[in-house]
Amino acid sequence: MAEIAHSAALDVHAGHAHDHDHDHEHHDSFWTKYVFTTDHKMIAKQFLVTGLFWAFIGGAMSMLFRIQLGFPDANLDWLKPILGGWIQDGKLDQNFYLALVTMHGTIMVFFVLTAGLSGTFSNFLIPLQIGARDMASGFMNMLSYWFFFLSSVVMFISIFIETGPAGGGWTIYPPLNALPQANPGSGLGMTMWLVAMALFIVSQLLGGINYITTVINLRTRGMSFSRLPLTIWAFFVTAILGLLSFPVLFSAALLLIFDRSFGTSFFLSEIYINGEALPNLGGSPVLFQHLFWFLGHPEVYIVILPALGITSEIIATNSRKPIFGYRAMVGSILGIGTLSFIVWAHHMFVTGMNPFLGSIFMFLTLIIAVPSAVKAFNYITTLWKGNLVFTPAMLFSIALVSLFISGGLTGIILGNSALDIQLHDTYFVVAHFHLVMGSAAFFGMMAGIYHWFPKMFGRMMNDKLGYVHFWMTFIGVYAVFFPMHYTGIAGFPRRYYSFTSFETFSKFQDLNVFISIAAFVTFAAQAIFIVNFFWSMYRGRRAPMNPWRSNTLEWTTPIEPGHGNWPGEIPTVYRWPYDYSKPGAAEDFIAQHIPYSQTPESNLAHEVDPVEAYDADLTVDTHAQHRG
Amino acid sequence: MADQTDLLKNYPYDPTANLGQAVEDEPEPTLSMPPKRFALWLFIVSIIMIFASMTSAYIVRKAEGNWQDFELPGVLWLSTAVLVVSSFTVQMAWNAAKKDELGQVKAWMFVTFALGLVFLYLQWESWVRLVQINVYLVGNPSGSFLYVLTGLHAFHLITGLVYLAITTVKAYRYKIHSQNLIEIEVPAIYWHFLDVLWILLFGFLLWSHMS
Ligand code: HEM
Ligand SMILES: [Cu+2]
Repeated sequence: MAEIAHSAALDVHAGHAHDHDHDHEHHDSFWTKYVFTTDHKMIAKQFLVTGLFWAFIGGAMSMLFRIQLGFPDANLDWLKPILGGWIQDGKLDQNFYLALVTMHGTIMVFFVLTAGLSGTFSNFLIPLQIGARDMASGFMNMLSYWFFFLSSVVMFISIFIETGPAGGGWTIYPPLNALPQANPGSGLGMTMWLVAMALFIVSQLLGGINYITTVINLRTRGMSFSRLPLTIWAFFVTAILGLLSFPVLFSAALLLIFDRSFGTSFFLSEIYINGEALPNLGGSPVLFQHLFWFLGHPEVYIVILPALGITSEIIATNSRKPIFGYRAMVGSILGIGTLSFIVWAHHMFVTGMNPFLGSIFMFLTLIIAVPSAVKAFNYITTLWKGNLVFTPAMLFSIALVSLFISGGLTGIILGNSALDIQLHDTYFVVAHFHLVMGSAAFFGMMAGIYHWFPKMFGRMMNDKLGYVHFWMTFIGVYAVFFPMHYTGIAGFPRRYYSFTSFETFSKFQDLNVFISIAAFVTFAAQAIFIVNFFWSMYRGRRAPMNPWRSNTLEWTTPIEPGHGNWPGEIPTVYRWPYDYSKPGAAEDFIAQHIPYSQTPESNLAHEVDPVEAYDADLTVDTHAQHRG
Repeated sequence: MADQTDLLKNYPYDPTANLGQAVEDEPEPTLSMPPKRFALWLFIVSIIMIFASMTSAYIVRKAEGNWQDFELPGVLWLSTAVLVVSSFTVQMAWNAAKKDELGQVKAWMFVTFALGLVFLYLQWESWVRLVQINVYLVGNPSGSFLYVLTGLHAFHLITGLVYLAITTVKAYRYKIHSQNLIEIEVPAIYWHFLDVLWILLFGFLLWSHMS
């Protein structure tokens, strides 16, 4: 109660919200408030916490295989309490190594960086930033989370079954993943993988349909498309990409299920196992790759676009400058979204595809570097000569730009079909996508958490811990992934259990030790974040209304908004979200809901409120008097 | 506030409905359509993507050769006709709802539902015919694809039937009338879509089995 009084003192509206909660919402039980909730803000938190849980599991798995890669001769008996039978005679089971790599990839790409990132921030920010009371359908939104939860449960259980989880790579190529004989994880583990992913796809579609419907139909008055914050543009295009590509993954998975369980031959043909021919004839494994990468490539942009949107918002706010090239930013989001559907075969250059087709895909792939570069340039020019405020969120955002550039450059190398013959399936690819996707999107997620934590929990995260977390993570990920370029060029194939039997590779053992140690330190540094996150949730400094002096609508809600977001009417929008440091203005920011009539001193010639255009002088006069 | 939890139910949605002041000097309201119908169209897009990817896979696979040829069961023509007729009957139900003729709404819904069941039976019959000419699910992908494509469409048709059933129950509860057309509009559009989808799919299969 004391807390309530405290926040009410800070802001009248906040008091409203609490009164409201206490007077009318007694029927909100624990179950409807925290579990089967239809409030987009609570659903966002559910996605966030589940995503962080998965990030821990996925990260811990990578620690296990980094131990194996850095210290192949170590005695691992001390891991027996956790891994049980997967440790034999002090050694990690080889099939379990493959399962770890597979599950790490699946978990990170889908459960952390898709559901955890876009699920959290699309849900949290779309209604708050466009001025809506909630998603178009709170019920569908709730279903979306619970399908994700079910999918998580199935995937989690699959880790503990006797034959181990799926082990044929996150890209589940057949025949390896179509034949139970191929690998222990290809049996029940793979079946559970497919079931979990089917549920995941349903969750994504429910969420995506909701995001698109909400952005198009529920914007508040004045929130035209050209006034949307770039976060919303990014979430919107991401949702469209998901809507178009996840059904294709579903098709691929469905046909694979038929091959696995009903004996069809969509992807299988002329296979001999131990000298015995399988009955399957006429299938095409390359067909699967086409279907998979038609989802797979848009999926990598589904992962990165929300992070880029979050970054745009945070960089503009903390540079105290309008985002450079708003239209170019929107254009490049749309361009990346469109192009991402016509480059998928760059993952398949070495499948024996027609070299002419290869050069077409090479050409299209290299074009995608253009809108990507536009974004990078615009971030840098936004930072240029800004009054930079280095909050932890800002540091993570700037680092994201750095990672996006370093990883994007190697993409251009891989996109050359001739160079890719050497580099395909080596650690060079691993370095590429861990910088440009893995780390960059993770940094986007962290930036988003540090920035919107005050809105989510009404309290501030600790800055000092944030800085330590940032620097350790930033130096850490470069230390881990940069050396992989060298091992990749030297020819290290990815997904190998051990390199000790190859003489040529032994001179890189030092480098592998270095990478592993860097990985352990980086992973350990995440504990700082976890402590900060949960401690600040209950003990952090109470957040002011608008801690970052930001323009977007979410900061006009009470400090802890109730269901419905605004206790009174929804604010109307009069301007774009990037009026920072406007010449002539009293403050260095003018929020979106402030009419031009209140800011005569900084208005540009064309900036007049709709009706006041008829009668501009009068309006300006009255307001000028009003302000006295 | 409780009513706000599902805004799909609250069309026309007007975020400024609770504004006390005059709205003349406010910016234009943003573009808006019934969210429920809009969401349906998005759902339809995702279904189209499933079938587009399946048929693309079919074409790619067929181009690789080793493709078994056989005749499509003629009963598919009959099932197509039945589904087309059901599209007309669901439209009749919709029209009746516009005129508040509740009895007719129910009657046409029943007819549509029955035709849907007949369609499913005929699709099953086509599978029986396939087995008679030794085309099985397991075997050359040309047959497997046919089973999967028709099966997948039938699955979606079943979801359509469930939706029709729910709508019919609503008609009995007097929830379908000219002031609340969205309740019948959405299932009717979905049913039309399933019809068009089947016609396209059937055309595709005919073309494939001719060339
Ligand atoms: C300049 C733009 C980019 C180009 C030209 C590019 C090109 C490529 C190419 C050719 C490959 C295949 C390498 C191989 O397997 O041999 C690849 C792999 C990959 N890229 Fe990129 N890329 C770009 C940006 C991105 C971005 C922005 C992301 C994610 C946000 C991303 C994520 C990935 C992933 C996850 C893989 C590996 C998938 C796997 O095999 O497991 N790339 N990239
Ligand atoms: Cu790609």
